[in-house]
Amino acid sequence: MSNSVRAPLFFGVVVVLFLLTGVMQSWNVALGVLNMGLISAIMALGVNMQWGYAGLFNVGVMGFVALGGLGAVVVSMPPVDEAWAAGGLRVLAALVVGALAIVAAVQTWKRMPHGWARSLSMIAILLVGFIAFRWTFDVAVEAIEDVDPSATGYLGGLGLPVLVAWPIGGLLAAGAAWIVGKTALGLRSDYLAIATLGIAEIIIAVMKNEDWLSRGVKNVIGLPRPVPYEVDLQNSQAFVDRAQGLGIDPVTASSLAVKLAYTGLFTVVLLVVLWLAQAALASPWGRMMRAIRDNEVAAEAMGKDVTKRHLQIFIIGSAVCGLAGAMMTTLDGQLVTSAYQPLRFTFLVWVMVIVGGSGNNWGAVLGGFLIWFLWVQVEPLGLWLMSVITSGLPEGSGLRSHLIAGAAHMRLLTMGIVLLVVLRFSPRGLIPER
Amino acid sequence: MDALNALVALANFVVIPATAYGAQLSLGALGVTLIYGILRFSNFAHGDTMAFGTMATILFTWVLQGAGISFGPLPTALLALPVGIAITALYVLATDRVVYRFYRKQRAAPVILVIVSMGVMFVTNGVVRFIIGVDDRNFDDGTRFLISARDFRNWTGLDEGLALRSSQAITVVTAVLVVALLFWFLTCTRTGKSMRAFSDNEDLALLSGINPERVVAITWIIVAALATVAGVLYGLDKSFKPFTYFQLLLPIFAAAIVGGLGSPLGAIAGGFIIAYSEVAVTYAWKKVANYALPERFEIDGLGQLLSTDYKFAVSFAILVIVLLFRPTGLFRGKSV
Amino acid sequence: MAQTFAPETPRTVAADHVGAASAEAPGAGIPALIGDAMTGGYGGGGDILNGCTISIDPGQIAVIVGPNGAGKSTAMKAVFGMLSLRKGAVRLAGRDITALTPQARVAQGMAFVPQTHNIFTSMTVEENLEMGAFLRRDDIADTMAQVYDLFPILRDKRRQPAGELSGGQRQQVAVGRALMTRPTVLMLDEPTAGVSPIVMDELFDRIIEVARTGISILMVEQNARQALEIADRGYVLVQGRNAFTDTGRALLNDPDVRRSFLGG
Repeated sequence: MSNSVRAPLFFGVVVVLFLLTGVMQSWNVALGVLNMGLISAIMALGVNMQWGYAGLFNVGVMGFVALGGLGAVVVSMPPVDEAWAAGGLRVLAALVVGALAIVAAVQTWKRMPHGWARSLSMIAILLVGFIAFRWTFDVAVEAIEDVDPSATGYLGGLGLPVLVAWPIGGLLAAGAAWIVGKTALGLRSDYLAIATLGIAEIIIAVMKNEDWLSRGVKNVIGLPRPVPYEVDLQNSQAFVDRAQGLGIDPVTASSLAVKLAYTGLFTVVLLVVLWLAQAALASPWGRMMRAIRDNEVAAEAMGKDVTKRHLQIFIIGSAVCGLAGAMMTTLDGQLVTSAYQPLRFTFLVWVMVIVGGSGNNWGAVLGGFLIWFLWVQVEPLGLWLMSVITSGLPEGSGLRSHLIAGAAHMRLLTMGIVLLVVLRFSPRGLIPER
Repeated sequence: MDALNALVALANFVVIPATAYGAQLSLGALGVTLIYGILRFSNFAHGDTMAFGTMATILFTWVLQGAGISFGPLPTALLALPVGIAITALYVLATDRVVYRFYRKQRAAPVILVIVSMGVMFVTNGVVRFIIGVDDRNFDDGTRFLISARDFRNWTGLDEGLALRSSQAITVVTAVLVVALLFWFLTCTRTGKSMRAFSDNEDLALLSGINPERVVAITWIIVAALATVAGVLYGLDKSFKPFTYFQLLLPIFAAAIVGGLGSPLGAIAGGFIIAYSEVAVTYAWKKVANYALPERFEIDGLGQLLSTDYKFAVSFAILVIVLLFRPTGLFRGKSV
Repeated sequence: MAQTFAPETPRTVAADHVGAASAEAPGAGIPALIGDAMTGGYGGGGDILNGCTISIDPGQIAVIVGPNGAGKSTAMKAVFGMLSLRKGAVRLAGRDITALTPQARVAQGMAFVPQTHNIFTSMTVEENLEMGAFLRRDDIADTMAQVYDLFPILRDKRRQPAGELSGGQRQQVAVGRALMTRPTVLMLDEPTAGVSPIVMDELFDRIIEVARTGISILMVEQNARQALEIADRGYVLVQGRNAFTDTGRALLNDPDVRRSFLGG
């Protein structure tokens, strides 16, 4: 079966699945799944650039997605003036001090001749820098976090429209990717994997603990929306009339309308990213990337700077993940730091890419929709399956309640099995690369 | 200034916990490094293999407890350990047979095997959560303290107490025994030597008539044992929670890479380096410092370099330093 | 059976040179090892060997020489089962082993010393030898003593990691490891590559000594002149075919061979 048959077929399956969800469960659920499916498709595109184009193994997707979410908060939330007055500038100064110390240390290392003197001066600079940083930083943080901790206790954001946050979220992720890429690219593929795994954990740790920045585990709620609020719609007579004209309950209609608005926005972003990704893949740059992926040694011999190209694509792919992360936080309307779990945000995206077809952007998009659908629906399916299996067991039996409680964990099992089966029997995915 | 109290506080809050943690990390890193040396890929499922082994051990511990069997002052889990190891060995052998062997025969690229191990990680994680749930579980039923802080103060008359929990002592003793056994096996037995030969030069090992499938199977069994022991010791010392075990992957890999992937000696050294750094950087030094320093230099703050929530950052920072300056690790592992 | 194969050997470019070789061969009985009219190449690629025949009589030294790309190493790998043949057969002491894997051939009494990566660098010399004898279940002390007698320097260095030895000593370890299975046929792929001329001479002396113990030796060599000097039988391959086959000495004296392959 060629791709020209496969792609429409599989996308047709996805459409049918969403329609079925709409009819059998509710259109509200279906649209909810679709919106997250769109975001998942963008994440999968980002990972596909890294893995499919360049063969880079990034297991830190969660970190880049979370940075995108942080971007949404930092850009769109209103600034907390009192907190800024309490220590905003001092925090910024501390960050500058820290950055300067690192730059000074790096320059020392680069410029001084080899030897003990170099190592010692670098360590000394870092030590002094760290003390200066903490001395400036700690006081400011304490002051900021004391400002009405139950409501704010953080600096807030810039108060800009939330749509601005999407590219900013991408930029934040790109910055983190640059740091990781600089250290781990050019080494074994496994090392990049470990390094990205590490940076993701650290990003989450920072977001959970730096209350002045992200309110930590207290969550930031009530992010501004790019679309109207349901309540406002329900209060608008024109909207209510229209909904009743269509024969839909206004409350349901308002929630559907909001979801549809998001669907529209996300679809535009997905199409733009997909178009750019396709254009890049077909360009000489894309051909070079694939040449490098297929034979690094030969590409290097032809004078290609493999590490530099890898860094490039690593940053771009991570930025796309950050973009998707900002979109997701906007959709949720809140930043919940404890919700970032690697299994959900890193490995699930990988399953999407592999199942869809690595190296093929359409495949990644398909994987995003399909796997997200599966992820959402496996739990009710598992629950149903478990209740069927256990229906023979007496009511209140320990095994029965255990099995039914365990249905919640069917997701991981299913995802793992899907990944293994696809890798084994269809390693190039549902829509293979050409 | 009070040097003796400072030393006791240092031992109590830094040396003892870090040593126990280092022993647990070393055992975990040994498993990772063995897989890397023999099967030549980074096994992302290792944290979850540890969780699986611990789960199996806990389940059998409950069986023993239910039958009224105990191990005297020692935790019952130690009695259940061999059963846990056996179940885990069967499980990893099954995953090898069903999953990894196919790619080995194909001579697939290491990164493919890493992704495959990710799939195994998912499945193992799901199995563990399905069977035992996600909650924190404490299964240490032995004597709590070998030396309690109060007894220590009474004996010595010092202000500072020194507590040695039995789980910590058990960890160190077990780890020493396991490592000694492993090194004896690798250097003194025919099978162990054949494993080293296979790790050193696979093609030549084949030419010498070493059966690769046998080497791989034995490696998995040893790895299952190491992972289960590491997991159970960690669980006895702290507690068992599947997600924590998944997170241990980072310090364990950091330890293995810092020591040099493929080098067993390096894995042990790496484990202790990571553990000591983690504890030292996240420990609030106030108490020790104020005992050690003359009075007028006493510090007011906690004297903590980083909050404990950043302990992963410590592993990561050490990892990055090693990758930047010596990518083959301290003991010159196999990889570049 | 040897007689039936002898006529096949002359199917070469220089048929007139074969007479001498086959005149020597009778009487010797079944060859210790013969790769008979082998045709094949790697994977799906084209044929590198085209009806090439390599035969070694018991206790003799056979050397394969030829220009670069002639298929010398390939011929040896084919004999050892490291590539599958499309045509032809390999027989060890008369038994057809064409279908066996290299590992199974080791168990049948063949030993192979690759050109590179031929020792376990992280293991001691003694452990290298032990690994060579991995398939044996009997006492290996005697064989090990014989190897040490052959290469006395290894006895002194037996507790050292083999990776720390000099190039020549490493080759001794490699040959020693191969001898530990007590093979009937020892195959060496360019054993003197990258070692100094003095070490090379010594290594050739040792190889002659090994052959005297009754082990047949098949060797691929770049240093054609020196190798042919110790060869009971020399094979000159060109494009995967036997170009010349004769005793080593005869080949050295052959003006055609001298002109084309030995540089006059």
